[in-house]
Amino acid sequence: MAQFSAEKLNKVNEIIARYPAGKQKSALIPVLHLAQEEFGGWLSAETMDYVASLLKIEPIEVYEVATFYSMYNLKPVGKYVFEVCQTGPCMLNGSDDIIEYIKDKLGIKVGETTADGLFTLKTVECLGACGYAPMMQLGKHYREHLTKEKIDAIIEECERNAVTNN
Amino acid sequence: MSTIYIDNKQYEVKAGKNLLEACLGLGIDLPYFCWHPALGSVGACRQCAVKVFKDENDTHGRLVMSCMESIRDGLHLSVSDKTAKAFRSQVIEWLMTNHPHDCPVCDEGGSCHLQDMTVMTGHDYRRYHYKKRTYTNQYLGPFIHHEMNRCIQCYRCVRYYHEYAGGKDLNVFAAHNHVYFGRERDGILESPFSGNLVEVCPTGVFTDKTLREHYTRKWDLTTAPSVCNHCSVGCNTIAGERYGQLRCITNRYNSQVNGYFLCDRGRFGYEFVNSANRITQPLIRNRTVEAVDEAVLMDHLRALLTNHTLIGIGSPRASMESNIALMQLVGKENFYQGISDNAVFVEKRIVEVMQSGVIKTASLHDIQQSDAIVILGEDLWNTAPVMALAVRQGVMKTAAHQALQNRAIAEWHDAAVKELVQQEKGFLANCTVSSSPLDEISSSVMHKAPEDLARLGFAIAQRLNMVLPVVQLNDDMSTPAAVIAAALQKAKRPVIISGAGYYNEALIRAAFDIAAACKATAEEVHLAYVMPECNSMGLAMMQASGFENAVLRTSRVNNVTAIVLENDLYRNVPAQIADVFFNNCQHCIVLDSLHNATTQHADVLIPAASFAEADGTLVNYEGRAQRFYQVFVPANKNMQESWKWLMKMQPVQTGSAVERSYHPEEVLAMGEQLLPRLSGITAVAPPRNFRVNGQPLPRAPHRYSGRTAMLSNLTVSEPKPKQDYDSPFTFTMEGYSGMPPSPLIPFFWSPGWNSNQAVNKYQEEPGGSLKNEHAGKLLFEYKQDATPVYFKDIPEAFMVRHEKWLLLPQYEVFGSEELSAYSKGISELSPSPYAALSQLDADPLSLVNGSLITVKIFEQVYELPVRINAAIPKGVMLMPAGLAGMPVMAWNSWVQIISIRL
Repeated sequence: MAQFSAEKLNKVNEIIARYPAGKQKSALIPVLHLAQEEFGGWLSAETMDYVASLLKIEPIEVYEVATFYSMYNLKPVGKYVFEVCQTGPCMLNGSDDIIEYIKDKLGIKVGETTADGLFTLKTVECLGACGYAPMMQLGKHYREHLTKEKIDAIIEECERNAVTNN
Repeated sequence: MSTIYIDNKQYEVKAGKNLLEACLGLGIDLPYFCWHPALGSVGACRQCAVKVFKDENDTHGRLVMSCMESIRDGLHLSVSDKTAKAFRSQVIEWLMTNHPHDCPVCDEGGSCHLQDMTVMTGHDYRRYHYKKRTYTNQYLGPFIHHEMNRCIQCYRCVRYYHEYAGGKDLNVFAAHNHVYFGRERDGILESPFSGNLVEVCPTGVFTDKTLREHYTRKWDLTTAPSVCNHCSVGCNTIAGERYGQLRCITNRYNSQVNGYFLCDRGRFGYEFVNSANRITQPLIRNRTVEAVDEAVLMDHLRALLTNHTLIGIGSPRASMESNIALMQLVGKENFYQGISDNAVFVEKRIVEVMQSGVIKTASLHDIQQSDAIVILGEDLWNTAPVMALAVRQGVMKTAAHQALQNRAIAEWHDAAVKELVQQEKGFLANCTVSSSPLDEISSSVMHKAPEDLARLGFAIAQRLNMVLPVVQLNDDMSTPAAVIAAALQKAKRPVIISGAGYYNEALIRAAFDIAAACKATAEEVHLAYVMPECNSMGLAMMQASGFENAVLRTSRVNNVTAIVLENDLYRNVPAQIADVFFNNCQHCIVLDSLHNATTQHADVLIPAASFAEADGTLVNYEGRAQRFYQVFVPANKNMQESWKWLMKMQPVQTGSAVERSYHPEEVLAMGEQLLPRLSGITAVAPPRNFRVNGQPLPRAPHRYSGRTAMLSNLTVSEPKPKQDYDSPFTFTMEGYSGMPPSPLIPFFWSPGWNSNQAVNKYQEEPGGSLKNEHAGKLLFEYKQDATPVYFKDIPEAFMVRHEKWLLLPQYEVFGSEELSAYSKGISELSPSPYAALSQLDADPLSLVNGSLITVKIFEQVYELPVRINAAIPKGVMLMPAGLAGMPVMAWNSWVQIISIRL
């Protein structure tokens, strides 16, 4: 089973140390983020059980939290996850068209991953960047004022990066 | 009291409650889901909205959730306000968008809170025409059926299971429109209180799987008030029948005993009534035709009952009526308790202590209200589960009271209280032999042999009252003793709990001493002793000697006819003692409901009615006599109450020609004559000729269907309804349709309230006592000015013996109790036999979990898999009590391991 490296384990302990003794469950959300980052961008049952053992809580307590937040992926995702905002302001500025365009271009539906394992499309609620609508989150960055051309460029950029990184 | 105005009408209500409670308490219909009187308010479902006005001139008002708003003096509110009504109907419309249209095939239909509330708000037409969300259901074990599609996300299930009952394996997952309540994966629910989900869930997500096997709608059941017979707590239940088969058990609220909840043994253990193992026919053994009818039986009994010395063996699981009838028949001096002398010795001490009246007995209500609890040498979780649940509430409530001090937050404000309390707990010391789920909520946990626990008890008492003799304890015990004593000294309402579970009399004395010593500092002290079976206390109060004395008697007299009443002696005494008894007796008459090892020895076997077919009285651990009523008349006329059979034997024995039938209260009156200690027991319930407006009370609701047709396969004309001469009930829907007095509630129903939540209408206030509550008859009287006489003889400390182990019972919620073990689900959850040992004892022998050890007990050899439990004290071996194939009453003997297979 996949485990954190010594360095990441230190990070986990650092997070746990932020909370009073005996309240290590409070570290659950940041540790899950770390685990998701570390173990392929999603949380398998195995990963969640591992996190439970690190925090000395029951696995069911991890599932309860992990299933609640849409930021945690409970199924494998592509290398690049397009999280397109579909809340009011983005929608008024054409997020529907953007989503349709991505679906057509990648040949996937919302929530699906391309066969090559590169792209996943998710729709999300407001990310607090309404002034830059329509927008999406890609990894740790916002991509703003989206147009079809921008989407083409982003996809191309990702494909390029994927090749160079391999 | 506060004055409030509801729709401009003035009411006086209790301060400190919320508006929803106030409205319901006044009998005003207001729909709700997430609020539950035992769980408090969280304001999640938004269903109970009302309008609150600033003052009488305010016409605009504002919408509030009535469950989240405190009563204020002079408050104006409106339930019937147009906006409030519109809001409530909108909320239910949202809740119903995803709810399936499956009421006709849903087990909850007809006793569904969601149905009732939907009708109450007037939502009748679905405007939502999209696809409903669907879920995959889980397998949750033999008791609970799961159907998530029906969920309306009220969160009651997790709040009950997780927070109230302390279960860990049911939780809520996901968010928004796809919230899921269940386990992390398929599997049996771990909590022995899971059955309450059936009643806590307002709709059909969690339903009774045992009822599903022989399903009947609530309105088609014939029901009667009953009392659980699977432990000594005596929870009040409602038992339901159709087509001559017992179909389900539901909770019957009683503010002093079980409140809203039952344990799974009590709720699902009923199926033994329908068991294929029932005795159905009187048998005279060793004849060409053994099965006989009543006339032949009585004729045969004449010879056995006359010119013979009669010996009666009573039973801790038979009613008072049956035990009294037996005593009356055989004579007081010939009546023996059908339990071993060891058990009699311990139980006699308990009765003495209770009889002295120095300390009040603790009802479950008292336990819930206590602020410090000490459990001394009783495995409560397994011997009296609902009492363990009450202990949990006591611990939680104390923490809440402490956290709420000087804070303007109401106790019913559940979410806020939980937030404040965090992990704080009230004081609980759980001092037992082995680990228990109660340990995790205990401030002080101790696992020792019973002698050491008794010494601990005496040491605590000594620290509270310096006059008592000093007990020398090791450090590992003297510190906890000081901690427990200090906590008790601060407590205003401490409760001490012990019991007969380990057959150790010193524990009984030690528990009394602690309680007596607490009297100096506390406002109120309560004491409870758990007894082994449902009527153990009643039998113990009859003051007869134990079974070994009966055996002695039979060895001296040679023309004995023994009458064994509802008692499998092979469960209560070692087999060789029972064998001697049956060899000594010339004749043996056995009355029982199920075939067992004892009935095999009967020369004459008489079928006894089970609790569902009988009227009777049980005395619970507090000495509270409670009446249970016959639910139905079995088609098989041979199944009669034991006391009826025994009363019929009386004229046969005396040769009198006068035959008459007796009623339960007459038999109880005989008991009062025979045993002054039982005086007052006839007041247990209203007399059989009790009527309301001249009418008897119906067992069936007015909607009972199929009455004229249900037997049409046998006869086309409707047979005459069965008559009941022993109680104020009829077996049909005829009779008084209003609210009966509290011990005579056969079902909870009120117009518009078809589910068990109708109990609100039967209470003085939500969660309070029933209207005109008569919570049984307490037979022990508290004597204000009785001075405690302390027990001062302290047992020697437990000494580990070389290569020998002190054998003690490990009780199991499922499996240790005799009758429930015949129910399918219960037997499925019973463990297989094992021997449990301390890690310290296992290591030198290189034993691991599952290693097989052979031990010899009473000349019988047992090969058992080992279970290692670090909590068990060194030198002690535990074996599951009451399981088939396990040693009987060998407790407190020393066993040797003969061989080991690793």
